[in-house]
Amino acid sequence: MSKQKITLNVNGQALETEVEPRELLIHVLREQLEITGPHIGCETSHCGACTVDIDGRSVKSCTMFAVQAQQASITTIEGLGNPDALHVLQEKFREHHGLQCGFCTPGMITRAHRLLQENPTPTEEEVRFGIAGNLCRCTGYQNIVKAIMAAATELNSTAQTTAGTAA
Amino acid sequence: MIPAQFQYHQPGDIPEAVALLTELGDEARVIAGGHSLIPMMKLRLAQPEHLIDLRAIDNLQNITITDSLITIGAMTTQHDLINNAELAVAAPIIREAALQIADPQVRYVGTVGGNVANGDPGNDMPGLMQCLDASFTLTGPDGTREVAAREFYEAAYFTAREDTEILTAVSFKPVSGGYAYQKQKRKIGDYATAASAVLLQKDAAGQCAGASIAMTNLADTPIWCEAASSGLVGTAMSGPIIQTAVDACISSIEPVDDNRGPVEFKKHAAAVVLRRAIEQAWARA
Repeated sequence: MSKQKITLNVNGQALETEVEPRELLIHVLREQLEITGPHIGCETSHCGACTVDIDGRSVKSCTMFAVQAQQASITTIEGLGNPDALHVLQEKFREHHGLQCGFCTPGMITRAHRLLQENPTPTEEEVRFGIAGNLCRCTGYQNIVKAIMAAATELNSTAQTTAGTAA
Repeated sequence: MIPAQFQYHQPGDIPEAVALLTELGDEARVIAGGHSLIPMMKLRLAQPEHLIDLRAIDNLQNITITDSLITIGAMTTQHDLINNAELAVAAPIIREAALQIADPQVRYVGTVGGNVANGDPGNDMPGLMQCLDASFTLTGPDGTREVAAREFYEAAYFTAREDTEILTAVSFKPVSGGYAYQKQKRKIGDYATAASAVLLQKDAAGQCAGASIAMTNLADTPIWCEAASSGLVGTAMSGPIIQTAVDACISSIEPVDDNRGPVEFKKHAAAVVLRRAIEQAWARA
């Protein structure tokens, strides 16, 4: 089957590649574009380790073909922060021990990012419901929830300070 | 897990999509959100040679609400349903059910049209559409027709939709009175062990003026239980009356023994969710 040329907009960069229609987005991201933050945990749409943000929606990139993501704006964990400038969520996951093996963490944080964009002041119950599509087999979730709650608090206080300064 | 090869098509409107489907015949499948179809393709339980993706067709994502009719485009996602404030007022049972489907990521992508058209007994929307007495809009090479949800499902994965037709919208009357969608599942993301959709209306004298009850994943097709519904109308909804309605429903389901439990357990779980749904809907009526 012939390959087709596609352009994927990942973390603000337009990346050209050639794919077969049957290639899943997660495979193209990892194996062709070498964006290896999103992980392959189950490949059966259950675990959420492959979660990326597509046009403002958390999507399991193992359950989408790369050709379907043409012209979409994709954000992966690499687009949220880096070792020199951690995202607030990454900082709080470190501080609150929100990871052990770390395998689920990129998907977990990418999902938590969208959750806090949609609901900046979630209750603990809303956080748990909001990350229900991401499995973690190490932590028991307790510290992940704490980290996300702490990130929400910090992001809100930063937003208030900024608003105060602007006023 | 890599699907078999296929050719990808992204038509810009419905006539183009129908023309493709007509031309390519049995070898083509329409893809909406893909969260049922892509997993099946990865397992190679589905191997379509052509995929016709509806994502580029704009007017399939509209929700229109009038005093007499609610119409939801087939490509509307569960996430869109949950976050539509007008829909939450006009038909709150939709939001209540959609929140119990799968997990957040799946709800961002999974669509109403895919959920009702696939004919999977595990999907929640088909049962809900029985309860709402919804109508499905199907467009094919010979034009557009309406099929009642209660006449759409023939067997697991077999529906009244012709191979050359595309389900483009669901529509139903705005909901009055009390509602409830109750679902028992093993974990987040699982299909229902048993689920029930209930709508009840109460008259000025405090009696039941209207009732509609449907059940999910307890037979090859969703079940609308007419006997249970009519048994409640005109009554004061006493405990024994509700029990009679529950018994009528349970006698109309045909669950099978699988990894969600044996038949007797499923009948028990169904009776529990059904009673809860009826009591909750009545309390809200």
